[in-house]
Amino acid sequence: MADTTLMMPSTSTATWADDAAPTQQVRSYWQSVGYRLRHDPVTLFFGLVVVLIVLAAIFAPWIAPFDPYKESIVGRLKPFGYRGHPLGTDELGRDLLSRLIYGGRSSLLMSIIPVLCATAIGGTLGVIGGFGGRAANTIIMRTMDVFYAFPSVLLAVALSGAMGGGMTSGMISLALVFIPAICRIAETATTQIRNLDFIEAAHASGAGTLTIIRHHVLGNVLGPVFVYASSLVSVAILLGSGLSFLGLGVKPPQADWGLMLSTLRQSIYINPILCALPGAAIFVTSICFNLVSDGIRAAMDVRL
Amino acid sequence: MLSLIFRRILYALPIAIGVSVVCFSLVYLAPGDPLQTILPADASADTIALIKHEYGFDRPIPVQYALWLWRVLHGDFGVSISTRRPVLLEVAGSLHNTAILALFSVPLSFGLGYAMGAIAGCFPGKWIDRIVTGTAVMGVSLPNYWVGIVFVILFSVEWMVLPATGMGLHGSDQFDILSWSDARFLILPVVTLAMVPIGILSRSTRAAVSEIRGQDFVVTLRAKGLSEPAIIRHVLKNSLPPVMAVMGLQFGYLMGGSILVETVFTWPGSGFLLSKAIINRDIPVLQGCILALAMVFVATNLVVDLLQAAIDPRIRRA
Repeated sequence: MADTTLMMPSTSTATWADDAAPTQQVRSYWQSVGYRLRHDPVTLFFGLVVVLIVLAAIFAPWIAPFDPYKESIVGRLKPFGYRGHPLGTDELGRDLLSRLIYGGRSSLLMSIIPVLCATAIGGTLGVIGGFGGRAANTIIMRTMDVFYAFPSVLLAVALSGAMGGGMTSGMISLALVFIPAICRIAETATTQIRNLDFIEAAHASGAGTLTIIRHHVLGNVLGPVFVYASSLVSVAILLGSGLSFLGLGVKPPQADWGLMLSTLRQSIYINPILCALPGAAIFVTSICFNLVSDGIRAAMDVRL
Repeated sequence: MLSLIFRRILYALPIAIGVSVVCFSLVYLAPGDPLQTILPADASADTIALIKHEYGFDRPIPVQYALWLWRVLHGDFGVSISTRRPVLLEVAGSLHNTAILALFSVPLSFGLGYAMGAIAGCFPGKWIDRIVTGTAVMGVSLPNYWVGIVFVILFSVEWMVLPATGMGLHGSDQFDILSWSDARFLILPVVTLAMVPIGILSRSTRAAVSEIRGQDFVVTLRAKGLSEPAIIRHVLKNSLPPVMAVMGLQFGYLMGGSILVETVFTWPGSGFLLSKAIINRDIPVLQGCILALAMVFVATNLVVDLLQAAIDPRIRRA
């Protein structure tokens, strides 16, 4: 609460509106979401960590102390601090810290791209299903039910396994795993508002279906879809790394957390700590995205 | 109730058919020819055509599906490409081993998760709620394959108290839960597998309990002077249906999603079979395994649906 009082003088009138009568509503929805986010230290902190992880992945060539692909026959599986390698070396003598930094690239790509694709496709399908009449709804939603009938890990493994593995097929299968869930959220939100009076009023005043969807439906559907999609990023990191761990995602020698976990696993009897590190990176990234998503959900006041 | 059971089964049937279509089409997702793995590299065009005809790959795809479904319904899932054993035998044996894991993970995770969530939901905002919520977030963010490896490092490599991998000295055929020398192989995989469900379950139980605590009937009970334990009993009873739906999903997850944990512990279950099938590009086993696991999942959801209706008259009437 001390924060709030300190903030008062700098944020001028907008802050005062919070205490004023509800008739003097100054703040828009997004302003109040921003206000709530700014006063949520947990979300801010973990959001900062997420930003740092993403920045480290983007600027990996400038941050990483060594070349992540340079092997050394004599310097394999060395402990922390060996010849300037802060976190030691892996089973081929490559610098582990550099590989962890580079590994964030594929792990983040493999989680964010599928979620974005699934949001676009699933969201569109959901809005069509909710707005396009009975036949469209039945076809889309019953198809989604079939994909819902697989446990997510199983579906991801089955699809990418059948497609022969690799990063692209991993991303396609993750997107396919997420589409049904996002589609359901979008469909529910669309059906809920489709029968409200303002939609009818828009119809009556001659607005076409596309105009109504663009102006009235999307604004109400995007909120829940965005919140849900943000919670999927953490799941995608776990699943994507899991696929790489099974040998279905990123192929060696590319640096990837899941892949590193699976190759370093073979040397737990020589240097067990090294093997724990990539997993810890997966865990930290996933929990940060999870908590940020929780914070966004609370700030946007969305119930799923 | 009977008509409800009938209706739910009728509803599950098209989903089961859809699942079988997805499993069938996995063969066509594979890059290259489905016969690539069994054909010799120098096969002549005649040989290829002959084998294609033998396997029925020269027929229209809907006909192929119908034939495949007919065989599957008669218990013929084909023959494994790598071991030459019938897929049905391989899948049945591995499902049995996965079921052993689930059998122990389910009570552990459901009991612990429900208890944690209920306690947290009864004291929202208190320190115990914060601890449970924090633990739950950690549970759902943990890569359980990594937890398994860390457990192996700690308990098998560093302290040498529990075995790292496998299913006992006598293999899966003579696995004896009652003898300690075999049962100790269960401990690490079971605990690892329970992590994620504990997190998810305590989260959703907490949400359900704290939502029901705010409902009007609870206020009425309190106004009538009911004691706090009696109110909690009412709240817990009402929180059960939504939590059971989550439990059903999690049971399916434990059966179908154990692939990573089974790979870490080389547990000869369905997930391990699946990952072997992927490495060997053994499509019949892949197909059979996924079909079996997905059907278990569909059946679980059906049972959970009916159980929910059985304990909650509101769902029955809807």
